[in-house]
Amino acid sequence: MIEVVSQDRCVKCDVCVKVCPMDVFALGPDGIPVIARQDDCQTCFMCEAHCPVDALFVAPLSGPAPAGSPYTDEAALLEAGAMGRYRAVLGWGGGRTPGSRLDQNHVFTARLAAGSQPAEETPAGRRRVSGEPSA
Amino acid sequence: MTAEVTLLRHADVLVLGGGPAGAWAAIAAAEAGADVVLADKGYCGTSGSAAAGGNNLWYLPPDPALREAAMDAREAIAGRLTERRWMERVIEETYHQIGRLAGWGYPFPVDEGGVERRGSLQGPEYMRRMRRKAHRSGVRILDHHPALELLATPDGTAVGAAGIRRQDGGGRWEVRAGAVVLATGGCAFLSGAFGLDVDTGDGHLMAAELGAELSGMEFSNAYALSPAYGAHTKGLMMQFASYYDEAGRPLELGDMGTARQAVARLLADGRQVLARLDQAPPGLREAMRRSQPNYFLPLDKAGIDPFTQAYPVRLVMEGTVRGTGGLRVVGEDCATTVPGLYAAGDVATRELITGSVSGGGSHNGAWAISSGTWAGAAAAAFATRGEGRARSRPAGRAGLRPHGPATGAAAEVVRAVQDEVLPLDRNYFRTAAGLRRSLTSLDRLWTDVAAHLSGEGRGALRARQAAAMVAHGRWMYRAALARAESRGMHQRLDRPEADPRLARRIHVGGLDEVWTAPEEPKEAVA
Repeated sequence: MIEVVSQDRCVKCDVCVKVCPMDVFALGPDGIPVIARQDDCQTCFMCEAHCPVDALFVAPLSGPAPAGSPYTDEAALLEAGAMGRYRAVLGWGGGRTPGSRLDQNHVFTARLAAGSQPAEETPAGRRRVSGEPSA
Repeated sequence: MTAEVTLLRHADVLVLGGGPAGAWAAIAAAEAGADVVLADKGYCGTSGSAAAGGNNLWYLPPDPALREAAMDAREAIAGRLTERRWMERVIEETYHQIGRLAGWGYPFPVDEGGVERRGSLQGPEYMRRMRRKAHRSGVRILDHHPALELLATPDGTAVGAAGIRRQDGGGRWEVRAGAVVLATGGCAFLSGAFGLDVDTGDGHLMAAELGAELSGMEFSNAYALSPAYGAHTKGLMMQFASYYDEAGRPLELGDMGTARQAVARLLADGRQVLARLDQAPPGLREAMRRSQPNYFLPLDKAGIDPFTQAYPVRLVMEGTVRGTGGLRVVGEDCATTVPGLYAAGDVATRELITGSVSGGGSHNGAWAISSGTWAGAAAAAFATRGEGRARSRPAGRAGLRPHGPATGAAAEVVRAVQDEVLPLDRNYFRTAAGLRRSLTSLDRLWTDVAAHLSGEGRGALRARQAAAMVAHGRWMYRAALARAESRGMHQRLDRPEADPRLARRIHVGGLDEVWTAPEEPKEAVA
């Protein structure tokens, strides 16, 4: 879930308020977004991807980070270079190559298709599993 | 619903939902000359399963042998519920439209041989481009305008929708239109699955209130693996996984096709299961990272190296997003059984191209593009006929206009539905007795919701979503009871075999009274 909005980095562009599909942010009195509805966060990282100044950190947890968690420690996250990682991978931001240019999913789908069995569940597969587990 | 109307718009076509299907529909309608409004619950560009997760595509060049082989392969596992004609159409339309997407500047990768590889879409990039294209096509986009109900003429033709302006004071919006495309996604019951909490089945409920029929709702129990601490359901890399028990002993679970079910059994029995990508050749690891960045991101953030460290997994429900059931389409233009109402993407049944097994990202992604394009164009054509736009009534009931004293207990309703549909022992491993037990609870819940549930402001959306989930659960389990056999993802422990007489689709519908009916076979069933 979203844990950090960096007061220092935020440029008050409101992009996160707008792009969050779950409507988690609200505009604070000073123009800096606040995490208004954290319980609604679906941990999709879209706000991180769209924030132009890497001011946001979304922890990988599906619930709120516990008190004292390193996921809420802005200074440590900045130090570790943890903010803005997704945007970098997507290749968004000046001077970067779109991450989709490096996409090699065709290698993995081909590998899967070449396997002896389909990846989907089949009645035969189910029987094998729910009956005797294979050796 | 008491909020004052603070935004009223007129359009030829109203598209509800701004994921890929909605965006393709809006663009197609605009290109057909229609004046288009697209309203999204969240933000067109980040909403929906594709934006967060990205997807592979059922993308096949116009090589007849290649396409025949792909259709044969799908038919072999699809439980005899597909239609070849629809598969052909989707493959052709997807190929054509992806060519256009490339023309709009989507940065596809180029392989070693200098060939552009167009079979995979990175979600954030894809949907950013789709938003831009919709905008440039003249589509008026309303973000954070969740729809709560359809508007209909006295004879039941869909002529618009209404909802709340959740970031603009919470007032009511209304769009009066000549036709409506529903592209609101499937339903994942707020399970938290990656990017799927926007998918609460709102569109299904709105459509059912006008009498729309559904199909394939028994194929609604898709689950996917995620790290236990999160909900990041990215499956492709699991082809390299080995599994371990809590003591670190290797679990022999077979190949990828059987492993997921074995993992489900263990997890349902309360066991811990850990995964490690042991089988990933070191030479492929960098490519894996580049190809599936959002599989690795949550692991990186947690300080886990999945190539060397086993991490605990869980199965997260993806419902009818990755399942195949949804609104029944009755024509090649993706018309529903309601005049003026078209269905695109995951809100529609995908049985026609993927049958009883999950369409995963690949088939569902191709379906979003194709069905969106067809629905958008057809809605534009229907709108120009201008049937009865003048008189309309709001059609929303349960969760919106209760017929008894109102209460606002949406969160409790959601928990009660989740108790019936999320547990593996109830939904993944199905039995007639279990389904009946759950239906008793869900039916009682529906009666209560229809009588009492409503909310104000953002609470109005929460109440409506809760009602939609109850309706969805009831359709799912009624259909699952009617399919007294095992087929594809629908597994009945009490009926482990497929029944040849049930090699046909099952329709379902109704709200206060839910009904099911097997589809009449077009030809003799083998």
